Amino acid sequence: MGDYIILAISCILVNNILLAQYLGNCPFLGTSKKMETAVGMAMAVVFVLVLAGVITWLTETFFLKPFNMEFLRTVAFILVIASLVQFVEMFLKKSIPALYAGLGIFLPLITTNCAVMGVCLINIKEEYTFMQALVASFAYAVGFGLALILFAGVRERILLARVPKPLQDTSIGLVTAGMLSLAFFAFKGMV
Amino acid sequence: MLTALFFMLGLGLVCGVVLSVASKVFYVYEDPRIAEVESFTAGANCGGCGYAGCSAAAVAVVAGEAPPSVCIVAGPESAANIAAVMGVDPGTAEPLISYNTCRGGDRAEEKYYYMGIRSCRATAAMSGGERQCPVGCIGFGDCVTACAFNALKMGPHGYPVVDQIKCVGCGACEKACPKDIMQIKTMSQKLLHLNQYDDRIAPCQQTCPAEIDIPKYIHQIKIGDYEGAVNTIRERNPLLLACGRVCPHPCEDYCRRGLEDEAVSINQLKRFAADYEMKSGRRLTISCAPDTGKKIAVIGGGPAGLSCAFFLRRLGHGVTIFDAMPKLGGMIRYGIPEYRLPKEVLAWEIQGILDLGIEHKPNMMLGRDFDIGSLMAAGFDAVFLGIGAWKDYSLRVEGEDLKGCYTGINFLTNFAVWQQEKPNEPRPFVGKRCAVIGGGNTAIDCVRTLVRLGAQEVSIVYRRTRKEMPANMVEIEAAEHEGVKFTFLAAPTQVVGDEEGKVIGLEYQKMELGEPDASGRRRPVPIEGSETVMDIDMLITAIGQGPDVFFKDESKRLDKDLNITRWNTIDSKDPVALQSSIPYIFTGGDAATGADLVVSAIGGGRRAARSIHMYLTGKDVTPPQRTLFRNHIPVSIFESVPGITKLPRTKMPELPVEDRIKSFVEADLVISEEEALYESNRCLQCCLTCYDKDVA
Repeated sequence: MGDYIILAISCILVNNILLAQYLGNCPFLGTSKKMETAVGMAMAVVFVLVLAGVITWLTETFFLKPFNMEFLRTVAFILVIASLVQFVEMFLKKSIPALYAGLGIFLPLITTNCAVMGVCLINIKEEYTFMQALVASFAYAVGFGLALILFAGVRERILLARVPKPLQDTSIGLVTAGMLSLAFFAFKGMV
Repeated sequence: MLTALFFMLGLGLVCGVVLSVASKVFYVYEDPRIAEVESFTAGANCGGCGYAGCSAAAVAVVAGEAPPSVCIVAGPESAANIAAVMGVDPGTAEPLISYNTCRGGDRAEEKYYYMGIRSCRATAAMSGGERQCPVGCIGFGDCVTACAFNALKMGPHGYPVVDQIKCVGCGACEKACPKDIMQIKTMSQKLLHLNQYDDRIAPCQQTCPAEIDIPKYIHQIKIGDYEGAVNTIRERNPLLLACGRVCPHPCEDYCRRGLEDEAVSINQLKRFAADYEMKSGRRLTISCAPDTGKKIAVIGGGPAGLSCAFFLRRLGHGVTIFDAMPKLGGMIRYGIPEYRLPKEVLAWEIQGILDLGIEHKPNMMLGRDFDIGSLMAAGFDAVFLGIGAWKDYSLRVEGEDLKGCYTGINFLTNFAVWQQEKPNEPRPFVGKRCAVIGGGNTAIDCVRTLVRLGAQEVSIVYRRTRKEMPANMVEIEAAEHEGVKFTFLAAPTQVVGDEEGKVIGLEYQKMELGEPDASGRRRPVPIEGSETVMDIDMLITAIGQGPDVFFKDESKRLDKDLNITRWNTIDSKDPVALQSSIPYIFTGGDAATGADLVVSAIGGGRRAARSIHMYLTGKDVTPPQRTLFRNHIPVSIFESVPGITKLPRTKMPELPVEDRIKSFVEADLVISEEEALYESNRCLQCCLTCYDKDVA
């Protein structure tokens, strides 16, 4: 149990997928202008990442490894994740329309997200067990949401600040993201 | 190599099969038109239409929330294709256009000096912006940045200007504006708007019972865009020729220039614009929304009925007007005399309204020729009751039914019918020495008509003084100039007749003014033993009038539930919604308020049209919570207006007295173009709290 908690903390804070690994930058900058959008995106990522982590771990263990096809990992994962998101979208639309309406446009948006792909590949590289992969995927997603929501809060405040013209909008966003990243650097020694 | 290929093929096959099975299992019925509509959109998911992607836009089109022209990238061909899918006419689909609702801009005073980021949203977050005006434009142009079509630019006066040709109505500016100044609306939405407490409107527009955008049309006259001025007035008032002549212009009482100088002659400018259109000999096109297929019966073709019919037609509904008289116009045709409103002018105006495709059924009186039940059987979806106030109040003194005694409306109508429709028959009786009892506009119309008909001595008998007369001041003055005698502080007690039953005198008691009553006017108190007799051979009582609701007793079924107030008006709980106790019956004008101004009836007609439209489209008829309706926004009412250079008001040109009392030729004339330009320059172009100081 303790191992899992350490794993979770490591994934959420120390190896934060956005601020430490710097994956998933496009949604990080694209959906962080408004708190409302950021929260929607964070929810969708948690949902998809957990499912993707599980299904890719199964693909790796039961298909790629037995046939010695590890070199096809990346392309196989893309195919599996894309199909999975499509499948989930159809399933939600039919069975849980409320959740479908809530996640809305974010679901298809993260189909080929590098954060999702990255986490799946990390799970394999670290040779996690099934439970470890599950916890790690969930924790990475929570870390993603945490960073995104923090960042959205900061950006809403930036609107009120005096920003020199050449640095406005995305530029100041990247500078701020860098500072946030430095702040997260402080977690390095924790685990 | 081969193994890898097979492996990928296998994996692809599995995914494909799973997805196809899933699409069958998890199939949700979707209107097939959505996919069809989506195929005609650009597919760029640009969001320019304001929806989250092309499929969301397609869903909105099929749900009827977005027009076929929704896709701003694909262009008119796509709009035509989508319209074909939806089975509507693409040409008449109402486009959304962006409007800037603030005229203040730089004029608004600064609250504090702002050195922050040049963004409206940032300033708005700090006590609503750095300008004094609570609702005005901040002027940093977030909307200009948001516009992807280059249709907005910052104007010279510190507020954005919309290029209506480039605007596609995407709504990006509306979303960007933190103060709700940029608004995208269709024409119908503009026609349905009621003045709100949060609107940026000048005191004159707040006062106008028809809510006309007065500063806008005066500005259009100023820049020579007379047609634009006519169109602006028509957004609120279809009877601009009539109103330009007879309106007592309550708006001018609230004109800010009036605080330091004389008020702008607003109504003269309205008449100038209206006459310009008529004299140009060409009717301006009046646009109407696509047909909705709904039918509405408008009962009563007076100003309220015509206004209601006009706006309903412009909103796309089918309208039939039923009127008891042979010609349309109601009180403005049969009550207002020829010298104030020539009937040729009125006919031209009404024809323009009927030309929109409104049906007119003359000589049809509710309760005599048809009732509400028969209308329902004929398939009408809603009814507007605009029957006006045609029943004179009686004096309740002895002898008031003697020969030679008439009531005001009765006299004016009989005379108007003879003048307009039966000029070959003998003229209605006119006495030599006539007295008219009452102090309202009807009384003045009666005396001025009598003067023109050759009565030798005409007097007004009124129980209070000139100051308390409810008639328009210009009308009272005109009557004085035309030689009418006024007997003030006189209350009739008895009408004296001879042996043949003809009236020979009016006995009245002298009064003095006592304490103010509920209306704020000092109550007249009789002086004992001061009875005097005035020699007359004709008496007209014009002491007020109310609606004639006899149809309620004649009706067979449906009308029974209709509530009537104790003033005989039709009961509508909300004076803005104007819905009667029977949900599909609406009312407006004098029938709802009791005798009131023409312009109030026009405003009432539009409010009723709005409610009917809401009712027929399944929406709530209750007006928005912040509806202004006859109130003023406190912050906009000033004590003084500093910085005004006095400029005399343009005098109304009128016929010389000796010419006009001999005939029914129009007495008031229209101002010239130079005068109109001069007068329009006197307008301060007020907004809510700011105005042009150095205008002249």
